[in-house]
Amino acid sequence: MSSPLSREDVAHVARLARLTLTEDELALFTDQLGGILEHANDMSSLDLSDLAPTAHPFGLINVFRDDVVKPSLDRDGVLNEAPDAREGRFAVPRILGEAP
Amino acid sequence: MKSAVEIAKDVQSGATTASAELAKAYDAIRARNEELNVFLHLDVEGAEKIAADVDARVARGENVGPLAGVPIAIKDNLCQIGIPTTCSSKILDGWKPPYNATVIDRLVAAGAVPVGKTNLDEFAMGSSTENSAFGPTRNPLDPSRVPGGSSGGSAAAVAADMTPLSLGSDTGGSIRQPAALCGLVGMKPTYGLVSRYGLIAFASSLDQIGPFSKTVLDSAVLLETIAGYDPMDSTSLNEPAPSLSAHVNDGVAGKRIGLVKELYEGADESVVASVMAACEALKAAGATIVELSIPELQLGLSAYYLIAPAEASSNLARFDGVRFGLRVDADDVTAMMEATRTAGFGAEVKRRIMLGTYALSAGYFDAYYGQALKVRTLLINAFKKAYEQADLLIGATTPSVAFKFGEKTDNPMTMYLNDVFTIPTNLAGDPALSVPFGTGEENLPIGIQLLGPGRSEAQLFAAARALESADGR
Amino acid sequence: MVVGMEVHTELLTKSKLFCGCANHFGSEPNTNVCPVCLGLPGSLPVLNEDAVELAMRIGMALHCTIAPSTFHRKNYFYPDQSKDYQISQYDLPINSGGYLDLPDGTRISIERAHMEEDTGKSTHIGGSGRLAGADRSLVDYNRCGVPLVEIVSGPDIRSSEQARAYAAELRGILIATGASDGRLEEGSMRFDANVSVRRTGEPFGTRCEIKNLNSLRSLQRAIDYEALRQIELIEEGGTVRQETRHWDEGRGETSTLRVKEDAEDYRYFREPDLVDLAPSQEWQDRVRAALPAMPAQRRSDLEARIANITPAQKDAVVVVIDLGLENFVNAVADAGGDVAIAVSRCANELAANVEALGNLTVDAFVATIAMEAGGELSATQSKQVLAELLTSGGDPRSIAAAKGFEQLSADTMGSMVAELIEKHPDEWQRYKDGDDKLSGFFVGLAMKQTQGKANGKVVIAELQARK
Repeated sequence: MSSPLSREDVAHVARLARLTLTEDELALFTDQLGGILEHANDMSSLDLSDLAPTAHPFGLINVFRDDVVKPSLDRDGVLNEAPDAREGRFAVPRILGEAP
Repeated sequence: MKSAVEIAKDVQSGATTASAELAKAYDAIRARNEELNVFLHLDVEGAEKIAADVDARVARGENVGPLAGVPIAIKDNLCQIGIPTTCSSKILDGWKPPYNATVIDRLVAAGAVPVGKTNLDEFAMGSSTENSAFGPTRNPLDPSRVPGGSSGGSAAAVAADMTPLSLGSDTGGSIRQPAALCGLVGMKPTYGLVSRYGLIAFASSLDQIGPFSKTVLDSAVLLETIAGYDPMDSTSLNEPAPSLSAHVNDGVAGKRIGLVKELYEGADESVVASVMAACEALKAAGATIVELSIPELQLGLSAYYLIAPAEASSNLARFDGVRFGLRVDADDVTAMMEATRTAGFGAEVKRRIMLGTYALSAGYFDAYYGQALKVRTLLINAFKKAYEQADLLIGATTPSVAFKFGEKTDNPMTMYLNDVFTIPTNLAGDPALSVPFGTGEENLPIGIQLLGPGRSEAQLFAAARALESADGR
Repeated sequence: MVVGMEVHTELLTKSKLFCGCANHFGSEPNTNVCPVCLGLPGSLPVLNEDAVELAMRIGMALHCTIAPSTFHRKNYFYPDQSKDYQISQYDLPINSGGYLDLPDGTRISIERAHMEEDTGKSTHIGGSGRLAGADRSLVDYNRCGVPLVEIVSGPDIRSSEQARAYAAELRGILIATGASDGRLEEGSMRFDANVSVRRTGEPFGTRCEIKNLNSLRSLQRAIDYEALRQIELIEEGGTVRQETRHWDEGRGETSTLRVKEDAEDYRYFREPDLVDLAPSQEWQDRVRAALPAMPAQRRSDLEARIANITPAQKDAVVVVIDLGLENFVNAVADAGGDVAIAVSRCANELAANVEALGNLTVDAFVATIAMEAGGELSATQSKQVLAELLTSGGDPRSIAAAKGFEQLSADTMGSMVAELIEKHPDEWQRYKDGDDKLSGFFVGLAMKQTQGKANGKVVIAELQARK
């Protein structure tokens, strides 16, 4: 039985998720993910068109906070946990390309 | 070992001190932690301070709280300010949160003393604690077997008499299943009853924090301490904490308990036998047993293994090497993120991230994630119907007793099948607990699962107490 | 050309959209951050009620339908996005199906105006300091989590002038609602333009998105450049690729940022950490009742006070409303003064010095206009008095006296005009024959001779008397 998803699918998804897979992992995951998705066929073949998806199981709506300023974190403490910080900012290797 | 309720009473009365109880806990921990790998981090300094503070308050004549001086172990996916919180992952190795989870604040306010952080399956993904980046935890009752997962460390801490209480989290059974395998009481509350603020998210619409204990009463006391509305969590129920410990001895007279076929079929013989024996015990205590079938429950596994990874794939995106945790450097930021995540996440986490990413991606959303959300509605409706005929439901917690290491790690599906009885309640948002009743092979404990509609924790504890009492505890 | 606009505006709340950090521009980097807006593990969002109120004001000002809505996660990896997903709104936005009328009457449809959170800001060091060629990037999360409303127009705009008018009018509306301060230079309001071209009657062409437009002028220039670029490309036999382009103000051109074929898959799904939003009818009614007058309404109200309004005066009204100076004009109108002069002085003299408006009282303005209308001050003198009032306040009469702006006596005026007539017989003859424009010639000479103290109206009256 061939897997519902191909190696290309898995490679594409790995890129989207910012994960690098080895060739072995690619093969293994294609197999394993395929197995899990096949198990999901019992569900995907159902006609559930008359059902609405559930948001909060107890129907909570309109939860707010007041527009009040609260104390922020101490910057030094935050930057101490950062892998690289300079000039009060988080430093990262250069960004190629602008944000989507 | 004394129960939490007994310890609190003794500390408050002066019969013992919080510091003395803490010392006992650390002795018990040191005796077996290397063998069992329960704790990833022990916050000795912090705990001693808190214990000293409790003792000072007692000395001043203050009523410290229902958990006065009680040592408690904390699953390492809960943020505790200034001490390492790793989620058993290399990607968070060494990270110290700058804030406390709400439940930690509530515990300390009630007098409890958090002693350290316990091992788990990495990012709470697993059913055996074999997925931890820092080695598996061993079942204290039989160290060649798993304690269950993902809250394996928290279960082992209580089962090994290191602490009388611990906190875990349950997304698809991660409290109830280890509780069953370790012979403990483990409860997953109604979704929204306990604040998730500070719980490092796995599947946001399913996660709940809950108690591990030896006794039902201890479980009820711990839960009512941490429960209740939190303005920092938009999904928390807008209600104060319910009264639970006061109802533990309410009994089950006149209650209808639904024995659900789909919640024990396929389980080991000894497990099924325990379920039947538990039904008899509840009948003897005045309840009626109603035989029910909820075929929709069989869809639970598929829906869960699409919803949970989908949400997780998004929740775990923030682990990118930019602001905290592991960074593997590279020439550009995208390469850095990829290198960091590849090095930092274990295989099971990667598997679920990819499964979830796939389920959400363009073209597949409707067939997978969208469909799974509708199955949730189907399940909720099915449970509602069942609760017209029964007040509570009963079944097995797990298909078998604690299994051996490596027994289920070859094929992910084999491991996932462990959760088949526990998953449906997470999807519905309803509460459920596991209470020990009977033994199976090698005298290993079996857990009976009790399920109830939203906000029925008091009734669940009462039924669990009836079983506990019938079992001679 | 076919243009659609996407405009983002930050909201004037005190705190961020999902946490209590201050919503403040210009703080030291990373001093307004917390676990929530830093995206630290375990943190959770809670929705700012005031942001919802402001979003509704914007929706109502744009004639949108306010509907129950949900929040969705837009998933993508980028260092200034602290959770590596943005909480936004997707298929169920709070506001949709509205419109904006340009001052010339053209109606531009508004598809939606939804809520979302802003990102942090990155700067680049090493290399040339610009994005390309930088060595490291530094990220400040102060802006991360600031509330935004994104306003998306339909593809109804047909010229760069229209686009500019749309942007200007929208800015005026947003400021009028109190939801935004419209400070383009601070980035609290940002424009993106989607531009495509087609031959009339044909279906829409492929569009390109232009980003990094932070002034009305850049907006107009960029759209013109891009439309031309696409036309030239098509005429040379090429095809327009769907892509995002960056406007370079210095070089006056757009360049490719990213080709959209390899489009990001945002994997939108409903945000499980938030619950649905359904503002009550009662809340909506309160917001609607308290909505201030919009620029279009204020313009027409002011126009109604000017008798026989000319196109030039309408333009002046636009300036007066845009700068919020109508209270000066209204005061003059209420006092029965000369509204035409008032509008002109507002749109010119006051508009040129808005920072100093604090020194000028409404009463002083009304008095000055009255003096000019009554002939006590010439136009030039009136402007000088206003300039002085703006600089240092005071009272117009004292200022006029101090500057020696006495009225030139009727006799002096009379003899001067007579002299001018004698010196310029040809012009006088042409004026007498009906060339009224030459009155300006004589007024100009009178002004020169009296160093601006002559009252033009008086000169004209003298000319006419002698015709």
